[in-house]
Amino acid sequence: MTVMEYRNVLAEFQGEEGELIPILQRIQEKFGYITEDAIKNISPFLKISENQIYGVASFYSQFRFTEPGRNSIKVCMGTACHMRGGQILGEAVERELDVKPGQTTKDKRFDFHRVACLGCCALAPVIQVNEDIRSRMNVIKLKEMLDKYE
Amino acid sequence: MNSFQQLQKEAGKEWDLLQKSTLPVIYVGTASCGRAAGAKDLLESIKKTLEENQLTAKIVEVGCIGLCYLEPLMDIRLPGRPRISYANVTPDKARRIIEGLIINGNPQAQMALGYFGDEDGDLTHGIPRFFELPMLKPQVRIVLKNCGFIDPEAIDHYMANGGYAGLMTAFGKGPEGVIAEVREAGLRGRGGAGFPTYKKWETCRNVPGNIKYMICNADEGDPGAFMNRSLIEGDPHSVLEGLLIAAYAIGATHGYIYIRAEYPLAIIRLKKAIAQMHRYGLLGKNIQNSDFDFDITIKEGAGAFVCGEETALIASIEGKRGMPKSRPPYPAISGLHNKPTIINNVETLGTLPNILRNGATWYRQYGTPGNYGTKTFSLVGKIRRSGLIEVPLGTPLRQIIFDIGGGSLKPFKAVQTGGPSGGCLSSEFLDTPVDYESLGAAGSIMGSGGLIVMDEDTCIVDVARYFLDFTQKESCGKCSPCRVGSGHMVEILERITKGQGQPEDLIKLQTLGETVKRGSLCGLGQTAPNPILTTLRYFRSEYLSHIKEKHCPAAVCKELIEYRVVPDKCTGCRRCVNVCPTGAITGPRAEPHNLDPTKCIKCRACYEICRFDAIAGDAIIIRSRRSIPDEQTI
Repeated sequence: MTVMEYRNVLAEFQGEEGELIPILQRIQEKFGYITEDAIKNISPFLKISENQIYGVASFYSQFRFTEPGRNSIKVCMGTACHMRGGQILGEAVERELDVKPGQTTKDKRFDFHRVACLGCCALAPVIQVNEDIRSRMNVIKLKEMLDKYE
Repeated sequence: MNSFQQLQKEAGKEWDLLQKSTLPVIYVGTASCGRAAGAKDLLESIKKTLEENQLTAKIVEVGCIGLCYLEPLMDIRLPGRPRISYANVTPDKARRIIEGLIINGNPQAQMALGYFGDEDGDLTHGIPRFFELPMLKPQVRIVLKNCGFIDPEAIDHYMANGGYAGLMTAFGKGPEGVIAEVREAGLRGRGGAGFPTYKKWETCRNVPGNIKYMICNADEGDPGAFMNRSLIEGDPHSVLEGLLIAAYAIGATHGYIYIRAEYPLAIIRLKKAIAQMHRYGLLGKNIQNSDFDFDITIKEGAGAFVCGEETALIASIEGKRGMPKSRPPYPAISGLHNKPTIINNVETLGTLPNILRNGATWYRQYGTPGNYGTKTFSLVGKIRRSGLIEVPLGTPLRQIIFDIGGGSLKPFKAVQTGGPSGGCLSSEFLDTPVDYESLGAAGSIMGSGGLIVMDEDTCIVDVARYFLDFTQKESCGKCSPCRVGSGHMVEILERITKGQGQPEDLIKLQTLGETVKRGSLCGLGQTAPNPILTTLRYFRSEYLSHIKEKHCPAAVCKELIEYRVVPDKCTGCRRCVNVCPTGAITGPRAEPHNLDPTKCIKCRACYEICRFDAIAGDAIIIRSRRSIPDEQTI
């Protein structure tokens, strides 16, 4: 990511403090995560310190500071999913892919996150891979599903 | 700009065209839950089947009708005939239904779920009326009335069904008139606290100033709740109309919708709806010649539960860390950018158009004195019929769980109302009417509407640990009692679930819980201990089993359970041997297998394959050991 690329993103905004979260969201959408350089570029634009930007970014669970994988797995940790085995699914992902929540696999095939609630509680437990939500999952279905992603 | 009557007329024509269509109409529920269950594959299969049979039909994508456990749903209406609904429609099943009904006129009653409209001889013979189904019969659908019936992306569908008529009534009444009507209706905030909506508005309206803000709180953060997502996905205009009515009443100049980024479909639908409103002259300057200027901005939340709290939400819109402030001043007096601000929940706003259109007296026929109207709930957990429901306030829990929800899977143990901030109520509270005061008296709260049902297979201590772990992670860290206290409570609960609890832990939990409740600034900390305090009160014996006998009655807590093979049942199919990641299961084919507990990591893979595979014999059981308490631990 070059300085020019950051400037192009920032050009979409006015430079008001209230735009910090939308700017971070846009950067993450475009580049996959929030880099140190991104924060350095936002700081003079919004006239707030890098520390302050990092403070805001790290407060919200949406923002990532590491490079994402080619595919993204989100295991729902909502109440309904928890009661129907969400925790066990999370552990199975950790074991199968050798990752911890928030990390990306060494081969960059997957990044793995535990999320609060995907709002599909009636179909619990659910897992989201990229844009697809998989409902009524279990450990066996999970293993089969992982093989389908490159 | 077109006049409102003209718009309404055009919308009516558009709607009639669909209702009186000379082609068959196929409805598919494609809200997030439908999609998760495979609605997109279903759509493809429908299109393919139509093409292969050289049939033409209109396909309408609708929102969620609330029967989430039966998703994906597909309805078909032949020209001039009643609409018939089918449940759990796989692509293959869709083919059979379409070929049966559209080609041969045979509804295949055994596959049908229900029909809408009037009885129609052979076509509806043997099929129940949709709204007579046990899950729907006790419901009163006001907020959700359009969900599943209109195309959420078509403003004409909304307008043809009375949409924006409430706003026009509001313009006729004037701001004070609107506040009076809502006061008369007795509407209370549906976000959880139940504060009278008109009171908040009145305060804000009376504060002098030219700039005021109206915010819709769609940061539905409670895990296990999806009412707001469903409403926005199924009928976005109802929420937007409500937002306009509220903004007009308080004299707001600009509106925000603060919505979770985890709800991408809802965001897309809102954006489309707002663009349509601009086209129809329902947003912008001088809306429908009312002298009222208003516009709406969507703000995507970035994942922080505490931002559901008003002052934290405002901080987040301002681009800061979402940390609550002490009140007063209340946002109604000094909120966003220090201007008077009203924040209303999605459902509160969704109710408003109905009140304005039909009047306060009409609204008051539902519910009980002091708790008028209806409330939506997401009915989930260990329940037979899970989904999204709407009932009048005052409906007993028993009716919701057993009549509508069909009861729990295994014998009923508890119900959690109000999400992580609520309480766990035992079976003796089943006759409690669901209203703000009764739930409060039982030690729980109404909350935003998550109802999580637990059965015998749910461990109460584990659930309490789960909720506390959630609130602890979501605590913003401002108040020490919440930040440190919740962490301590999680630690103690974790010890108990591992069988390392001490009897005095229960006293510690009680004291900590009460301290956190009293010593926290915002609703998150003030309610975080509720799951512990209520379970200590109503399910103490379950804590004691964990502590004294190292026994988890529900066989959930990992450290207290073991997996075993029942030799009599085991068919020796080796399915479990193949899935075991640690080689803990061994044994030759056709002979009962051995499970080495020292190697077992309790990953559940063998249990699931044994349960669901046809050849395997459901021979693996999970059970909790029980140790006889010795003198010291008692």
